[in-house]
Amino acid sequence: MTAVLEVSDIRKNFGGITAVDGVSFEVREGEILGLIGPNGCGKSTLFNCILGQLTPSGGEVKVDGKIVTGLRPSELNRLGVSRTFQLLQVFPKLSVRENLILAGQEHRGSMMSRLFGASDAGMTGAAERMIGFFKLDHLAGEPAGSLSYGQQKLLDAAMAFMGGPRLVLLDEPAGGVNLSMLADLKERLAAINRESRATFVVIEHNMEFVMSLCSRVVVMAEGKILAIGRPDQIRGNPAVIEAYLGH
Amino acid sequence: MRELKKYWRITLGIVAILALIVLPLGLNRYGLFILSQWAVMTIAAMGLNLTLGYAGQVSLAQGAFVGIGAYAAAIMTTQGMPLVAALGVSILLCFAVGWLLGYPALRVQHHYLAFVTLAFSTLAFLAFRNEGWITNGIYGISNIPRPTIFGFPTNRPLPFYYLCLASLGIVSVAMWWLIRSPWGRAFLALRENPIRAQSLGVDTRRYTLMAFAIGSALAGVAGTLYAPLTQYIDPVPFNLSLSLDLLMMVIVGGAGFFFGPFLGAMIAVLLPEWLRFTEGYYLMLYAASVIVLLIYSPTGILGILDRLATERRTKTASALRASAGSSLEAAP
Repeated sequence: MTAVLEVSDIRKNFGGITAVDGVSFEVREGEILGLIGPNGCGKSTLFNCILGQLTPSGGEVKVDGKIVTGLRPSELNRLGVSRTFQLLQVFPKLSVRENLILAGQEHRGSMMSRLFGASDAGMTGAAERMIGFFKLDHLAGEPAGSLSYGQQKLLDAAMAFMGGPRLVLLDEPAGGVNLSMLADLKERLAAINRESRATFVVIEHNMEFVMSLCSRVVVMAEGKILAIGRPDQIRGNPAVIEAYLGH
Repeated sequence: MRELKKYWRITLGIVAILALIVLPLGLNRYGLFILSQWAVMTIAAMGLNLTLGYAGQVSLAQGAFVGIGAYAAAIMTTQGMPLVAALGVSILLCFAVGWLLGYPALRVQHHYLAFVTLAFSTLAFLAFRNEGWITNGIYGISNIPRPTIFGFPTNRPLPFYYLCLASLGIVSVAMWWLIRSPWGRAFLALRENPIRAQSLGVDTRRYTLMAFAIGSALAGVAGTLYAPLTQYIDPVPFNLSLSLDLLMMVIVGGAGFFFGPFLGAMIAVLLPEWLRFTEGYYLMLYAASVIVLLIYSPTGILGILDRLATERRTKTASALRASAGSSLEAAP
C-alpha cells in the first residue's frame, strides 16, 4: 500500500517553545488514522504545519510522494488535501447550499473560466448530493448561521468533501456534537471512506469515536509521538495510559 | 410568498428606472448636473463596495482612482481623442494601479491597510498637482469636450445625463453578474473568513488583488465621466475628502449590499442639496443625520432591512428545527 501522506521529522518552534518536536509518521491510502493526545500536545499545530497554515521550523511533508512543505493552503487544497477546523468555520450568511458550492467551486476549471461560466460553477448537483448524504435536505436554503451547532458541524465536515479530496484532516469533528448526531457523523465518515477511498486523519478526544472509527492511532504527548498502533494496542499501552488515557 | 416578493421587487425596479428616465425631463440645468453627479459617484461607490463591502478590503484611495480616470479622460479628449479610447485607457490604468495597490493588502489588514491606501491617495493628489507637464498643475484642464455617442452630441445637460445613466446601467448589470458569479462567492468568503476560504482552495491572494483592481477600474470609469461632466478639472476634487465621501456613501448605504452605493450616493450628493434651505446649518444637519444613522444601524440603511429579514428567517428556521425535534421524539 502506498502512503498518501508522509510526515518526516516535522518541528515547530514558537519562540522558546517547541510545540512539535520531530514528528514522523505516514498515512496509507484509504486509511483512517486517529491522532490523540492531551490538550496542548501539538496536534493542531501539526495539522497547521501539514496544511501550510504554519511554516514548519524543520522537516518535510509529502503528499502522494510529492514534497508539499511551503505550499499555500489553497494550493494544497487544490492538490486534494482538505480539512475541517476545531472551531466552527462555516459561512453563516450563505445558505447551506451556497456553502457547499463555495467549498467545491475552486476545484472546477480556472479562475477565468469560473468568471464567465455558470454562477454555481456547475456544483449544484454535487452540493445537493452532499446535502442528501448528510441529511440536511430541509435546511438547504437556510443561512448556515441559523442551523444548530451539531448541524453546522455536519455542514463543516460536508464542505471538506466537496472538492473530492484524497486526504482529509479532521480537527475534532465530534466536539460538542450530541450522541445521536455523533453516530450519524461516524457512519457518514465511514461511508465516504469506503466509497471514495478517501484517506482521513482525525484529531479527537472522544475515545469511543476514535477507537471504533480508526484503523490506526497515533498518540502524541509534549510535541512528540508516544505510540503508534491499532486501537487495541493503544488501549493496552502503559505509556499511553500514563500520559493520556488515565487509569 | 417569495414569488410575490420577487414581483414586487421587479415592479419597484422598473418604476425606479422609469423615474430616472422621465423625471429629469422637467429638471433645470443644475438639477441635471446634480443627478449626473449622482450617477457618476454611484459608479465609483460601486467599485469601492466591491473592494470593501464584498471582499472586505479597506481602501481610502477610491477618490484618487476617480482622479486618475478623470485626468486620463481630460488629457486625451482635449487632444482630440474620442472618450471611448480614454475610457479604455482609464480602465486599464486604474486596473493595473489598483492591482499594485492590492499587494500591501496581502500583508496588512483593516486600519493598517487604510493607512497604506491613504498614503497612496496623498501621493496621487501630489502627482496631480505637481506634475504640471501632463496635468497642468493647479491651473487644471479646461474646455473638456463632451462626447458624441452614435451621432448624438451630449453637449446639453439632458443628453449627458442620459449618457451617465446608461453607463450606470451597464456597470450595474456587470456588477450584478460579477457578484452572482463564483467570484462573488469567493470575495465574500475572503471577507468573512480568509483562513477557511484558503482551506477550501480559494486563492485569497489573487482574489484580493482582483478586488482592488476591479474596484479601482470602476473608479476609473466614474472619472472618465466626471471630466466631461464638469468640463474642467483641477487636483482639488480628487483629494482625500473624495475618498472619504465615497467611503461614507458605501457605509451609509450599506456595505456589501448591491443597492447600498445607489442609496449612499443619493444621500451624499442629494441630501446636502435638499438641506440647502437651512442655509448655514445644512452641513451640520447632514453630519448629524449620518451620525444618528450609523449609531442606529452600523451596517447602513440596507442593513436595517437585512436585519429584519434575517430575524424573520431565523425564526422560521428555529420553528423548523423545533418541529423536526418533536417528530424525532415522537418516533419509536
